[in-house]
Amino acid sequence: MTAGQGEEISTGQSQGISTGREAGPGPSLRVNPIACEAHGLCIEMLPELIRRDPWGFPIVSPGPVPASLLPLAKRAAALCPTLALLLTQEE
Amino acid sequence: MSSAGAVSSAEPSPLPPAGLPRLVQPGGPLPLADHLDSYGPVPFRDPVGRMGGAGRPGPADELISEVERAGLTGRGGAGFPAARKMRAVAETGRRAGPLHSQVGTVLVANGAESEPASGKDRMLLARAPHLVLDGIALAAEAVGATRGYLSLHDGEDELAGQLAAAITERERAGLNRVPIQLVRVTGGYVASQETALLNRLNGGPAKPTFVPPRPAQRGAHGRPTLVQNVETLAHVALIARFGADWFRELGTAEAAGSALVTVTGAVRQPGVYEIALGTSVGDLVSQAGGPSEPLQAVLAGGYFGGWLPYDQAVRVSDPALRAAGASLGPGVLVLLPESACGLAETARAAAYLASQSAGQCGPCLNGLPALAEALGRVAFGRPDPGVLRWAEELLGLVARRGACHLPDGTAAFVASALWTFAEEIRGHGSSGPCARVGHAPVLPAPRPGAPSAAGPAGRRG
Repeated sequence: MTAGQGEEISTGQSQGISTGREAGPGPSLRVNPIACEAHGLCIEMLPELIRRDPWGFPIVSPGPVPASLLPLAKRAAALCPTLALLLTQEE
Repeated sequence: MSSAGAVSSAEPSPLPPAGLPRLVQPGGPLPLADHLDSYGPVPFRDPVGRMGGAGRPGPADELISEVERAGLTGRGGAGFPAARKMRAVAETGRRAGPLHSQVGTVLVANGAESEPASGKDRMLLARAPHLVLDGIALAAEAVGATRGYLSLHDGEDELAGQLAAAITERERAGLNRVPIQLVRVTGGYVASQETALLNRLNGGPAKPTFVPPRPAQRGAHGRPTLVQNVETLAHVALIARFGADWFRELGTAEAAGSALVTVTGAVRQPGVYEIALGTSVGDLVSQAGGPSEPLQAVLAGGYFGGWLPYDQAVRVSDPALRAAGASLGPGVLVLLPESACGLAETARAAAYLASQSAGQCGPCLNGLPALAEALGRVAFGRPDPGVLRWAEELLGLVARRGACHLPDGTAAFVASALWTFAEEIRGHGSSGPCARVGHAPVLPAPRPGAPSAAGPAGRRG
């Protein structure tokens, strides 16, 4: 935590996704940006939660993955050729 | 606690410094004996001097509690509570099982500051080396470290030589407790980020790594590692001697103690000043000889901080500056004169920051040059609403999408320029760049050709 935990910049990129908070927060998606090589499979697999930035890299929606999308999220993480997409309980 | 050995052990402890300065006494660096006379012996908690790695909480934990009561925050830029980091490392080290807890933890003192506008860590190491080394030994004891590193930027040969001599002298006096190695760090802005330092210590490049694991979980040599800025450790050395209540005599309830601040730009005596946190910007500028010409804005916190309109009443502390829209960062204040253009300053700094990407993360590698290019058009062209919208979109596209905080810090810095210099943006938009863009750069120009850790930029993926 050396470099300042910068203020959160509003991105205005909410996509109106329902975050399934019903049965406690589930895991959320995270990208390891060092490992990610922008293959884009995750974006094709899960456009509800992952969109493409202008350079082809994935932008994941913050917050818990809705229960209904969890199987697809797991598949997307497993398909990533560089294992850069993480389903994590952290944060 | 007579562990200071041969040097002035029977002396009664001197009185704690009242007021300022606390860290750096006038004149040159004090020799070890004078340093111990002036501040008192190093108050190790374990007089026997066992090397760290104890498997259970010991008296050394008292220091962590004292640091916690003092409210000391990290002085390297993030302002994270120092005791929380120390406790995390001490506890991870103890939980490691009977064998690994004997291997112990690792302490890394970060003196490799790469913030172009900051000079305080170099100054502290040059002028008060023994206070930093006291802090290293005491913090190492408190977190059960079995080795310590002191990182410096490459190229500081004279300073490295002085510090190596000081470490040897303390070794002979029995004051190091653990082996302390100097580490020279090459590379640009991100090379001194804590995971980059650890990556380098582990034999890799000085580039940030993905977190988790956090350094407190797995750092140097795979061991739980405490990375602490050198000024933070110097404060630890004072808190260990004089206590939390003394520490809190200066500063505010939310921002305790004193801090070193580098003041540059349009002041008569630029330099490093130790201030009580909460001092007003106006008082600090007066200490620095007063304005050398009329001021319009201040960059607080360095290149990860933010611009604010110049206001003498603003308090210099991380909470106060954050409330105002900037931060204290590693203690940096750059005063921008009326005669300079804040947009041109920001565009040049953004170009520098873009050049410092380690090139590991796509959004940073692609987004920061795009942001710098957009800023260049705002500063040196005639920006239309399209380029402003693009710049604002880019802020959202880079923030929080890197392994380190380079994209976040750059975005926060640029965002602050867009608010603070909104009027200038309108001016440039209606009639092209102002005459002030020709002003000599006020923000310190980084060394020409300062290498990024990555080498040539290029699109990945």
